[in-house]
Amino acid sequence: MKVLVAIKHAIDPNVKPNIDPGTGQVDIAQVKKAINPFDEISLEEAVRLKEQGQVSEIIAVAIGGADAKDSLRHAYALGADRALLIETETKPQPLAVAKLLKVIVEREQPQLIFLGKQAVGEDYGQTGQMLAALLGVGVGTFASAIELNGDQVVVTREVDKGTQTLSLKLPAIVTADLRLNEPRFIKLPNLMMAKKKVIETLAAGDLGVDLAPRFRVVGNSEPQQKPGAIQLASVQELVAKLRQAEVLQ
Amino acid sequence: MSVLVLAETDGKQLKPSTYQALTAAQAWQLPVDILVYGSELDAATTAARQLNGVRRVLVAQAKHLQHPLVEDVQELVLSIASQYTHILSAHSVFDKSVVPGIAARLDIAPVTDVIEIRAPDTYVRPAYAGNILSTIENPQPLQIITVRATAFKPAALREGNGVDAELVVIDVPPTRGLSQWIGEQLTHSDRPELNTARVVIAGGRSLGEQFDALLNPIAEQLDAAIGATRACVDAGFAANDLQVGQTGTIIAPELYIAVGISGAMQHLAGIKDSKIIVAINHDPDAPIFKHADYGLVADLFTALPELTGALQQH
Repeated sequence: MKVLVAIKHAIDPNVKPNIDPGTGQVDIAQVKKAINPFDEISLEEAVRLKEQGQVSEIIAVAIGGADAKDSLRHAYALGADRALLIETETKPQPLAVAKLLKVIVEREQPQLIFLGKQAVGEDYGQTGQMLAALLGVGVGTFASAIELNGDQVVVTREVDKGTQTLSLKLPAIVTADLRLNEPRFIKLPNLMMAKKKVIETLAAGDLGVDLAPRFRVVGNSEPQQKPGAIQLASVQELVAKLRQAEVLQ
Repeated sequence: MSVLVLAETDGKQLKPSTYQALTAAQAWQLPVDILVYGSELDAATTAARQLNGVRRVLVAQAKHLQHPLVEDVQELVLSIASQYTHILSAHSVFDKSVVPGIAARLDIAPVTDVIEIRAPDTYVRPAYAGNILSTIENPQPLQIITVRATAFKPAALREGNGVDAELVVIDVPPTRGLSQWIGEQLTHSDRPELNTARVVIAGGRSLGEQFDALLNPIAEQLDAAIGATRACVDAGFAANDLQVGQTGTIIAPELYIAVGISGAMQHLAGIKDSKIIVAINHDPDAPIFKHADYGLVADLFTALPELTGALQQH
């Protein structure tokens, strides 16, 4: 069985980006980037399925600039069999990303498609659901466990107050939540080997997809900060303050 | 021009986030219809018909909607979407799985997790783990929006003896059969839902094995939901679904009590819209104090039982 994993070369989740005062846009040009953590979890899951003998080939696909090759090399080092970059200088919105991925899915015909539940950055969290709808296949979002079972994939999902289990007909889409697994540590020889591997590159503009943005981010601001806590001396004083603020029922 | 709001039920009643979504939908000052779907809808329909600002309640009742599946709800909404210029839902776990797919099928880009509708086509949404608020202009002919429920007040019941909103029973398309509901493992269903609770108390890893013993009595007193940090969940002291933060649940309660939580960036991203934040920590230099309204430097293992006692006297 073939598996496709979508990879985003995303900003470091621990970095707080700045707003460029000139343009009002978020300045991420200088921010350190790496494979989106949820995509790394997706890939790890695919690799585990391959190790169990349930998957024959893992294809990693990224959409972005030439720098996204770094994340695809990471994917090779983790265990991807093939890597594909859909190159674009602009930053396509999730709908366009889903349409680009659809082109690749139709070409490669994977049975299982993994995406992260969201990417660090704009935090849209839409692409997997859109891709499923465009392909007309089932989707299991926020997966914390999966199991292949004949022509089905059984997905345990994180929902309000617990988990839910769904069975999806293959081909299907799964979006990975934080606790699907813990990605393995990549060994240096694997990283060295990954550098020698071929990354197939396609131009996004050649795939017949409308890449124009549908909405515009016209401004950005930083949320208001609280001035800092008033330090209280005792539990009694705390309860008195909360009563004063009328937040206790 | 009119608005379709997607309701969500817990199987019988409307969820609190539906009331909040309905308030958000009033921003356009257009007629608002609300779609209620499921297998047992009497209570939810009755409630929806009495809410302020509802023109019609569309009822989609079918056995296969008892445990609604993403693909089936998409099909249902698509069957009536052409009558609307605006489609809105809460950014709940279920609807954020459903709405982007509806939008994609209609070739529309949705704007998700909106916290403010500033103008009919202009929205504010958090990005970069809540560190940035982005203003978005959306010129598309169909506006498809999900809203962060806690950013909006719940819609109220209609006052006086107004007439109930019109009820329209609609046809339900058959199941697409792409997925199947197998089961649910709900852990603490007697507590309010984390994302809409009025009060949340959350603990960090330092509570250790005492996590439940220390937090449960206070949660009970305050009718609060319980949350936990990522480190606390990773260490196995709390269930996955309790995680509060950018990668867990984003909350904005009236009162948030952070116990033994240092204040990592990804945690702060999930709590910063809480109205009042109380931090209790033994470390006076914990970053959480910079983001709290009230701080108490104390040993957790004595302060929490003391707090339980003080609340009991209340």
